[in-house]
Amino acid sequence: MGMTMIEKILAAHSDRDELKPGEIVNARVDMVLGNDITTPVAVKEFEKIGVDKVFDKDRIAIVPDHFTPNKDIKAAEQVNMIRKFAKKYEITNFFEVGQMGIEHVLLPEKGLTLPGEIIIGADSHTCTYGALGALGTGVGSTDMAAAMATGKAWFKVPPTIKIIYKGELKPHVSGKDLILYTIGKIGVDGALYKAMEFTGEAIENLSMDGRMTMSNMAIEAGGKAGLIAADEKTEAYLKDKAQRDYTVLNADPDAEYEKVIEIDVSQITPQIAFPSLPENTKGLDEIEEKIEIQQAVIGSCTNGRLEDLRVAAEILKGHTVNENVRCLVFPGTQKIYKQAMNEGLFDIFIDAGVAVSTPTCGPCLGGHMGILAEGEKAISTTNRNFVGRMGSTKSEVYLASPAVAAASAIKGYIAGPEEVK
Amino acid sequence: MKLKGKVFKYGDNVDTDVIIPARYLNSSDPANLAAHCMEDIDENFAEEVTDGDIIVGGKNFGSGSSREHAPLAIKYAGVSCVIAESFARIFYRNSINIGLPILESPEAVKAAEAGDELEVDIDQGEIKNMRTGETYQAEPFPPFMQEIIKDGGLIEHVKKELV
Repeated sequence: MGMTMIEKILAAHSDRDELKPGEIVNARVDMVLGNDITTPVAVKEFEKIGVDKVFDKDRIAIVPDHFTPNKDIKAAEQVNMIRKFAKKYEITNFFEVGQMGIEHVLLPEKGLTLPGEIIIGADSHTCTYGALGALGTGVGSTDMAAAMATGKAWFKVPPTIKIIYKGELKPHVSGKDLILYTIGKIGVDGALYKAMEFTGEAIENLSMDGRMTMSNMAIEAGGKAGLIAADEKTEAYLKDKAQRDYTVLNADPDAEYEKVIEIDVSQITPQIAFPSLPENTKGLDEIEEKIEIQQAVIGSCTNGRLEDLRVAAEILKGHTVNENVRCLVFPGTQKIYKQAMNEGLFDIFIDAGVAVSTPTCGPCLGGHMGILAEGEKAISTTNRNFVGRMGSTKSEVYLASPAVAAASAIKGYIAGPEEVK
Repeated sequence: MKLKGKVFKYGDNVDTDVIIPARYLNSSDPANLAAHCMEDIDENFAEEVTDGDIIVGGKNFGSGSSREHAPLAIKYAGVSCVIAESFARIFYRNSINIGLPILESPEAVKAAEAGDELEVDIDQGEIKNMRTGETYQAEPFPPFMQEIIKDGGLIEHVKKELV
């Protein structure tokens, strides 16, 4: 019997020829990741184990990206603690502010997440690496601690839902719209305890940036992973980046799926997820009321890649941000920041009245750099619109693509790129 | 292990952002986490909760962020056990890893009302509602997870393995 991607990857990492949903394996991991919020808890747990070294100093990544550049004294203390830990155990991949990027944008760019690999991260959006044909999945700090000591983690083999995206995308429809549409269709627990495989011609035609946006939000449907088969685009992306040899492990043609869903993408319009769940989606064409916004956020591990900034800049070019809106752009990494700057995107942003920031998760989780007041509404290219996510529990977040966020920033209310001429 | 406590009841999709808002994640100090537990969904929770009380939630409890601070906040607040129709997967594994008892039982959740007293036998997965007198059977944990629970969490389990 053939295996799905996740079955194959888990089998290869636990010396098994075959695996079926429901089985539990203790699998080797290729990379262990943590950030400035989750690593401090992991460090405390790691020290309880009582080992004097980590399993592999090159296979641990620590990225202080959430409350950095340090937002307050307590945040600074937390980063200091993990900085000392990284020094003590000679962790190769500790990324200081200035080198740092938003973890899930940074690690693929550094060639640290490769096809066929298992990457666990004490951050729920570790599922981003599914876009590279890897099993990336979020865990907690204790899992991170145990894996730093042993190089292993326990997994229950999940059933897989295969989603086939057919047809061609309409203009201004992106990976973000596809994943929001999918979550709207299956719900925030539609893939709970399950993996998803995103397949079909629309996925093949999607850029790597677009694929990463899709896999990034697999967790928003409750998924353990959102996997995309590695292909020539993946290989081209990794060509000068991959830091290790890797083996592509795509699904067998006779793999067994719990469910197969077909989606005709040619019918999908730009999607907006209304407060306070990512499943509350509507097509832009279905929105009748005028929803005024006070903030537009473009960036994050979901949409802080170069393609996202280019799309936003193309729409903002020659326009100014509405007087009632603060528009904030967060490039995902230093490299993206520099590329965007060299391409002249920052000129466009700054001329339009956009604030451009150094990479940080900041506003996405209501950490810093763009907190909302009571009664305020934001359009955001981030991944969650939960109650209080970006600030006051009486503020609201609408999720959308960079194109919609940029157009809305200009108009002052939720609008599509076509409305900006 | 047998537990007894008063019910705090919530709906579906209780996410980790409302269990412990990100603005408090600049510290993992137990007192800090306990003081702000459930703050964005139930302002008075931290004041009203007493040791042994039980949180009852609907579907997809603990969805969203991987922050282990969420089950830790619940544990530090004195909650003895969380019962839900289903748990988000990272919250589920975090709870097992840190030794916070959790049980899945849609029937027990539907029957429970805020303030009810429940008696829970964690090993047997039995939940008794003292108001109605009904007993409900939760899904048992697979043997591998039972072992982690018996060892007192993942760290103790790993320590045993490494020796």
